Amino acid sequence: MEALEFARIQFGSTTIYHFLFVPLSIGLAPLVAVFHTQYVRTGQERYRRLAKFWGKIFLIIFAMGVVTGIVQEFQFGMNWSDYSWFVGDIFGAPLALEGLLAFFLESTFLGLWIFGWDRLPPKLHAATMWLVVLGTHVSAYFILAANSWMQHPVGYTIDAETGQARLDDFLAVLSNPYLVGQFSHTILASWTTGAFLVLGISAYYLFRQREVEVFTSSARVAVTIAVLSSIGVAFVGHDQAQHLTDAQPMKLAAAEALWDTEEGAALSLFAVGDVDAGRNVIDIGLPQGLSILATNELDGEVQGLNDLQAAYEEEFGAGDYLPPVGVTYWSFRIMVGAGMLMIALALFGVVSSVRGRIADTTSRLNRWWLWSLPFAIALPFLANTAGWILTEMGRQPWVVYGVLRTSDGVSPSVSTWEVVLTLGGFTAIYLVLLAVTIGLIRKQVRTGPPEESDEEVDEDHRTIAPLGAY
Amino acid sequence: MDWFNLETLWFGLIAVLFIGYFVLEGFDFGVGVLTRWLSRDDTDRRVMINTIGPVWDGNEVWVITAGGAMFAAFPLWYAIVFSSFYLPLFLILLGLIVRGVAFEFRGKRSDTRWRWWWDQAIFWGSLLPAVLWGVAFANIVRGIPIGEDFLFEGNLLDLLHPYALFGGLATLSLFTLHGAMYLALKSEDGGDVQQRAHTLALWLGFVVAAGVIVFLGWTYLNAVSLGDTGVVPGIIPVSAMLAAVAAPLLIREKLHGWAFVATTATIALVTLTLFLNLYPRLLVSSIDPSFDITIHNAKASDLTLTIMSWAALVFLPIVLAYQSWSYWVFRHRVSRASVEAPTETPMQVLERRRAIADQRRPGTDAEGS
Ligand code: HDD
Ligand code: HEM
Ligand code: HEM
Repeated sequence: MEALEFARIQFGSTTIYHFLFVPLSIGLAPLVAVFHTQYVRTGQERYRRLAKFWGKIFLIIFAMGVVTGIVQEFQFGMNWSDYSWFVGDIFGAPLALEGLLAFFLESTFLGLWIFGWDRLPPKLHAATMWLVVLGTHVSAYFILAANSWMQHPVGYTIDAETGQARLDDFLAVLSNPYLVGQFSHTILASWTTGAFLVLGISAYYLFRQREVEVFTSSARVAVTIAVLSSIGVAFVGHDQAQHLTDAQPMKLAAAEALWDTEEGAALSLFAVGDVDAGRNVIDIGLPQGLSILATNELDGEVQGLNDLQAAYEEEFGAGDYLPPVGVTYWSFRIMVGAGMLMIALALFGVVSSVRGRIADTTSRLNRWWLWSLPFAIALPFLANTAGWILTEMGRQPWVVYGVLRTSDGVSPSVSTWEVVLTLGGFTAIYLVLLAVTIGLIRKQVRTGPPEESDEEVDEDHRTIAPLGAY
Repeated sequence: MDWFNLETLWFGLIAVLFIGYFVLEGFDFGVGVLTRWLSRDDTDRRVMINTIGPVWDGNEVWVITAGGAMFAAFPLWYAIVFSSFYLPLFLILLGLIVRGVAFEFRGKRSDTRWRWWWDQAIFWGSLLPAVLWGVAFANIVRGIPIGEDFLFEGNLLDLLHPYALFGGLATLSLFTLHGAMYLALKSEDGGDVQQRAHTLALWLGFVVAAGVIVFLGWTYLNAVSLGDTGVVPGIIPVSAMLAAVAAPLLIREKLHGWAFVATTATIALVTLTLFLNLYPRLLVSSIDPSFDITIHNAKASDLTLTIMSWAALVFLPIVLAYQSWSYWVFRHRVSRASVEAPTETPMQVLERRRAIADQRRPGTDAEGS
């Protein structure tokens, strides 16, 4: 293997890692803000305990999101210098704006939130968390604007002199139709992730009938968000798939392992393919399903891999334009499968909640539901990771779709051993930190929300000087 | 005004971002390094960490934004600098990773082994970047083997030239002094931490002053040998030296506030000197001046630069306003008593709290409730 392969592995693995924490930062911040606001409005003790309890977990995750994010920003230049040079005129601006508009906001106001418990008037203090919420969402918007441009380049021309991409229309980049789908899908996915974490941990308590009052509150809020956002993410995802029909037909075909162009194509449920022969050995599908998904018509035409490959060769010259079909196909199924499970779990919870039985452990069904939720915390992570693998690997061999190949983006001056070294270094430290993070969250969960009397003492020593998390 | 154009503006703005970064993160790197040398026990370390607790992340965003600005305004510069300084940047990243999580994780458990590990992370994670940023900037100014097609043709050893290594020591000592002054201002007045910071700064101040003078002199000699002294020497590097000399004198008079102003000025002026020396280049090629990366051959399109200029014009002042406000909110000193784990019963706590409230009443502390 050469530097290119290692650089790809490094980019993929560090971004997936970053994205374990990102959706939780985006999804938990609003929940902490809601509980904090409820506390300020009602003065009820349980809301303060909830704000602090979820706040502590949020801070652990946020810290990991921050330190892994810096790696991402540096990595474009380190491993992908030709790519950076090529796209910088368009791609750099959203990144810089993300720092200026979002990261300053997040980091400053999070500092104020952590240490502000008795430095700031209560309403202002709750507002600092809302500004963090704003920051995380703005940051997602800009980074996804950059990513959407790679998926579906708009508003640019190629400079005849230097060969670089040059910006023509910044508004087109910020209102890329691809971005509309990607942003809403990612944000809804993040809220789902936050809601399922809160739901899972609350259920852990309710199943054991500990702190029932407090965790009934948080479970009810979380189940509401879970049901809305998990259904939302499916609808938006469907839309995004339709958009792929135009924007990246190759990715859609690979996601469905559809080899030949068909009208009334079936939605594949299970397939085993033979890439060399360009066909599936086994294929079980829902008749007409894919055509409906992709075009809203029973016998809409969906292009197949073999035909697209031929068309691309005509357009771009000889070469292999197929993304890794197996990975793309199965990551799509994992994401959708996890999504369906989550919708089912969330719907059940809403019914329980409406009937006032969310904490009921005497009903067998509800008991089973509570038992399963801590395990369901894994589902959104599976879906997120699978979703990004689908998005990024389904785009191969392009790094900027139809414009720049991944193999042309890598840094020419960086040697293989250097990439291997950094890959090893990041992997080692990331694995250690992951174990530590999970350990700390488990400890936090086992300790539970601070007791009122502990809180008294804790608050007191903060009155003299703010301590926050330290 | 014919020298004025968008690429010059962005050269200036990136200089401003790096000045902001070194001034702000400079003292939190310094505090991180000093947690090893100025603390006698865990409580001391907590005091020191708490002085930067609410602000370090906001300080770090200055470099994230500077990186983004390099990417957007001069894509070629970003691409070549980041891929040429591959291993130093990797080490900086490792440092920033372990340091960043250490601030959050350290207090989560009270056993000494746990804390020892995170103390190592804070020390090394502050020291490494403090040295390596100096090494990197010295190299950018002095020149690295950039060849045809702007490709880096050297290896790690080319980056470890004596001038560059000296630059690393200069930033490390300067940041450490800056951090000591910050601690003198933010830890308990008359307390042990303040005392030790003062004692250290007494001699470190002179080392830094000598170091800054030598470093800037060396920079000037390099510029001469490149046949281009640009704007060096001039009022800026001379002021940088004067500020560096003023710092230890002010420290001796126990004028810590003014000494902090002096270290701030030193950092800002040294950084500015480097950028002025560089202009209009962005990265000097030690092979041939025609391979220099300059603001002209690296610039992004006028459209991108215009959009970015408006964004910076509107948002940079807003950022400055709320960051200043946050420093204002956390302007109080951090004392040992304030970070010690409470061991009293709730009754004792109430009594102590009453006593403190009595003490405070006539004083300064009106906000916060
Ligand atoms: C959809 C959202 C999303 C995506 C796809 C990414 N990030 Fe991220 N990033 C965030 C959402 C986010 C965030 C929610 O804003 C974080 C996570 C936790 C946090 O502190 O902020 C963050 C943190 C974060 C930081 C640290 C900010 C700080 O110090 O406060 C940097 C430098 C980056 N990211 C850069 C990147 C880059 C270069 C990415 C491209 C591969 C990337 N992120 C993908
Ligand atoms: C956070 C969620 C993301 C995840 C999990 C993710 C995942 C991946 C993966 C798995 C690859 C490797 C694909 C392959 O080589 O087969 C990749 C490549 C890449 N991604 Fe992403 N990505 C994410 C977001 C982004 C964003 C937001 C950007 C840009 C702003 C981006 C830019 C790139 C680039 C430049 C590559 C080049 C390397 C390559 O194509 O192999 N990614 N990503
Ligand atoms: C249930 C039905 C779902 C459908 C039909 C669906 C559809 C899609 C499609 C077509 C893509 C690729 C878009 C592209 O290539 O740009 C995608 C990406 C993605 N999906 Fe899903 N998805 C579903 C559920 C979920 C769930 C439940 C989650 C997470 C909780 C999730 C998270 C993601 C993420 C993070 C991405 C990458 C970002 C993006 O490209 O938008 N998806 N999804």
